[in-house]
Amino acid sequence: MPNSPQTPGIVAQRLPSGQVAENFATYQPAYAAHEARVAADRCYFCHDAPCMTACPTAIDIPLFIRQIATGTPDAAAKTIFAQNIMGGMCARVCPTETLCEEVCVRELAEGKPVEIGRLQRFATDSLMAKGVHPFTRAADTGKRVAVVGAGPAGLSCAHRLALHGHTVTVYDRKSKAGGLNEYGIAAYKSTDDFAAREVEWLLKIGGITLQTGKELGRDMTLESLQSSFDAVFLGIGLGGVNALGLGGEDMAGVSNAVDFIADLRQAADKSTLTIGRDVVVIGGGMTAVDAAVQAKLLGAQTVTMVYRRGKEKMSASVYEQEHATASGVTIVYGAAPVKILGAGKVEAVEFAYESGETFTLKADQVFKAIGQTLVGEPIARDGKKLVQRAGKVWAGGDCAAGGEDLTVTAVAQGRDAAEEMNSVLMGGGA
Amino acid sequence: MANLTSNFIGIKSPNPFWLASAPPTDKAYNVERAYEAGWGGVVWKTLGSEGPPVVNVSGPRYGAIWGADRRLLGLNNIELITDRPLQINLDEIKAVKRKWRDRALVISLMVPCDEESWKDILHRIEDTEADGVELNFGCPHGMAERGMGSAVGQVPEYIEMVTRWVKKHSRMPCIVKLTPNINDIRKPAEAAHRGGADAVSLINTINSITSVNLDSFAPEPMIDGKGTHGGYCGPAVKPIALNMVAEIARNLATRDLPISGIGGVTTWRDAAEFLALGAGNVQVCTAAMTYGFKIVSEMISGLSDYLDDKGMELSDLVGRATPNVTDWQFLNLNYVTKAVINQDDCIKCGRCFAACEDTSHQAIAMSADRTFTVKDEECVACNLCVNVCPVQDCITMVEVPKGGLDQRTGRKVGEYANWTMHPNNPSVAAAE
Repeated sequence: MPNSPQTPGIVAQRLPSGQVAENFATYQPAYAAHEARVAADRCYFCHDAPCMTACPTAIDIPLFIRQIATGTPDAAAKTIFAQNIMGGMCARVCPTETLCEEVCVRELAEGKPVEIGRLQRFATDSLMAKGVHPFTRAADTGKRVAVVGAGPAGLSCAHRLALHGHTVTVYDRKSKAGGLNEYGIAAYKSTDDFAAREVEWLLKIGGITLQTGKELGRDMTLESLQSSFDAVFLGIGLGGVNALGLGGEDMAGVSNAVDFIADLRQAADKSTLTIGRDVVVIGGGMTAVDAAVQAKLLGAQTVTMVYRRGKEKMSASVYEQEHATASGVTIVYGAAPVKILGAGKVEAVEFAYESGETFTLKADQVFKAIGQTLVGEPIARDGKKLVQRAGKVWAGGDCAAGGEDLTVTAVAQGRDAAEEMNSVLMGGGA
Repeated sequence: MANLTSNFIGIKSPNPFWLASAPPTDKAYNVERAYEAGWGGVVWKTLGSEGPPVVNVSGPRYGAIWGADRRLLGLNNIELITDRPLQINLDEIKAVKRKWRDRALVISLMVPCDEESWKDILHRIEDTEADGVELNFGCPHGMAERGMGSAVGQVPEYIEMVTRWVKKHSRMPCIVKLTPNINDIRKPAEAAHRGGADAVSLINTINSITSVNLDSFAPEPMIDGKGTHGGYCGPAVKPIALNMVAEIARNLATRDLPISGIGGVTTWRDAAEFLALGAGNVQVCTAAMTYGFKIVSEMISGLSDYLDDKGMELSDLVGRATPNVTDWQFLNLNYVTKAVINQDDCIKCGRCFAACEDTSHQAIAMSADRTFTVKDEECVACNLCVNVCPVQDCITMVEVPKGGLDQRTGRKVGEYANWTMHPNNPSVAAAE
């Protein structure tokens, strides 16, 4: 008898392969041309538009929407990419409901913003589908820059540096470039291998050499990079995962949500991945939501997300929370894990409300998603993150101060660091 | 429910909404559907002389422009008069009129500019029992190249001459349909009046090219790589039509000449505006072609509710606004208003600011938190902010009362005074 959502334990193929594939493919379909025109028509072309101010990369949103409305989506894409070279991924993963779309005047007027994210995807997809890279690299400056980390911050930085004519080498410890775009974004948000295609497209600027499988501290040191390059950018992300600090954390069936998410991204046939019948996710951020929703998409019978504080404190947006519950995830607020129960393998998790009252959730699989942490301190710290600049070493993205754990913020920081580096390298000072 | 019964130059219809002479009125099938939907009358699509009918293009006949959400705002066409044999039209007209006695049925005519041709066609239509004729002196494309349509309508002497022939050879009420493709609409209206017309109808369509195909480098609608100007109609032409109706309605020589108002009538409100400016009824085409015949239901209920609300008869509305159409020189230069932005309704898009700051009088202030306020000391009350605001009635123009201070000029608002009384007017200075 084949497996089903009711099958006990952690097993694969709870749902037929085709069903799982469909579950992961239908999250938010791309606009057809007609839908894009209708959506673009709603933009008022605001003066000093609030959406543009809310965008961490300051994309000229009214302009690109007007370009879509006037039948020139490629021009719209150029407007987007000029500010955000990963505008394609951001169109898929940005929490637009707390950024551009939250401040759209039509949200104020009608409670229904212009669908900026989907319009951005329409424009960027349109140009990328043609294989066109819209920028041309400036003449070689003779300057060489090392970028550590091929995630959104590093690649954004590398692209901007290359654009200015510098020669860039990008190192990444993983076998594929893309960072969290490749390993950390929920599979249903980045379908059809988009992250890898985006990297390939981005590299068409030229002047960038990618070296994967190279880890800072193991294969090279910051000192060696500094001596062989004119400048260094660190976009190393947050490599560590916070532990619960509870007994039983190393029991079979208990794992990090980030690893589950990465495995999902790398699996060709997701139905071959194992998933528990009763899944408990501990945490309240995007990682927790992504793990919980995807557990459901794989066919878990019950998925419960437990967050220690109230709904309003949750870092996953209301939109994401609603998406989770609509996907069949139960969210419990205001409860902290006390104990992981089981003999050799997890069987349940005991939680306590703030009042002290406890309850136990049956669980054959537990995902921990209570935050990631910086590993290593190659340069000085600013709080829990790296300083953004130390001499000719710059840092950006999740590892650096000011990073908000958002792809779009990482892209902005990488881009801005590149502009500053360019200025310093070309003698302009900064 | 107000009584909408209309009597236009003796032609009775249950409401003042007629379908204009156009594709929707080309044959019995359409006309009967229109009557079933509630239209008060139709002007049957233009008939030509006996003989082989005209031939239409078999490529696109229409071009258009659109507003937001692809709402059709303007339509142009290069279709000619009816391309069906005369006798078929006459038979259908007769049958339809017999079946629908309470509805108006007027026949549009266009034949060569000689008395025999007109005498002949008038004779041919006599026993259809139609209620009247409309002389198509307006069609600006195709037929005009053959010396008909607007080629006649652009020469007042021809209008007068043909109208006389029609009145001489027919006892039917005669409506002369005017082309807007002229300098002064009063001249052809006066000519029709002199010729004995019972009414004028306007406007016919406007010469236009709606768009250019940027791949083929030819105007649209494009026929095998070429295009020609067509007749433009729809909501976009309403302001032009309203002005022309008002010009005739307030012109001393034509003020008693009944008018059938045509041009972009899409809603009951549009119709009421034409009536208020002096039209005795309205004719509709593009709105029906865009949405189907059912729209007349909204026109009927809307006009009826409006008349009830105002406690007016239909006849009270006709021409009610005409006396308030005047020349610029008689406008009160001491009438002062200021824009006021309702902060509760404002959605903070800033379009008023961009419009005023970039293109007008720098009379709107923008705060760091995107609160937009009017600077009374700069506001000339141009109304541009009102017009560009996406929220209806969010910005309004509020009158500064007589004796109140105009912050911009530093002067108190005075009594009525127009340009003919203004010291800056050279004629006034010369008279002193």
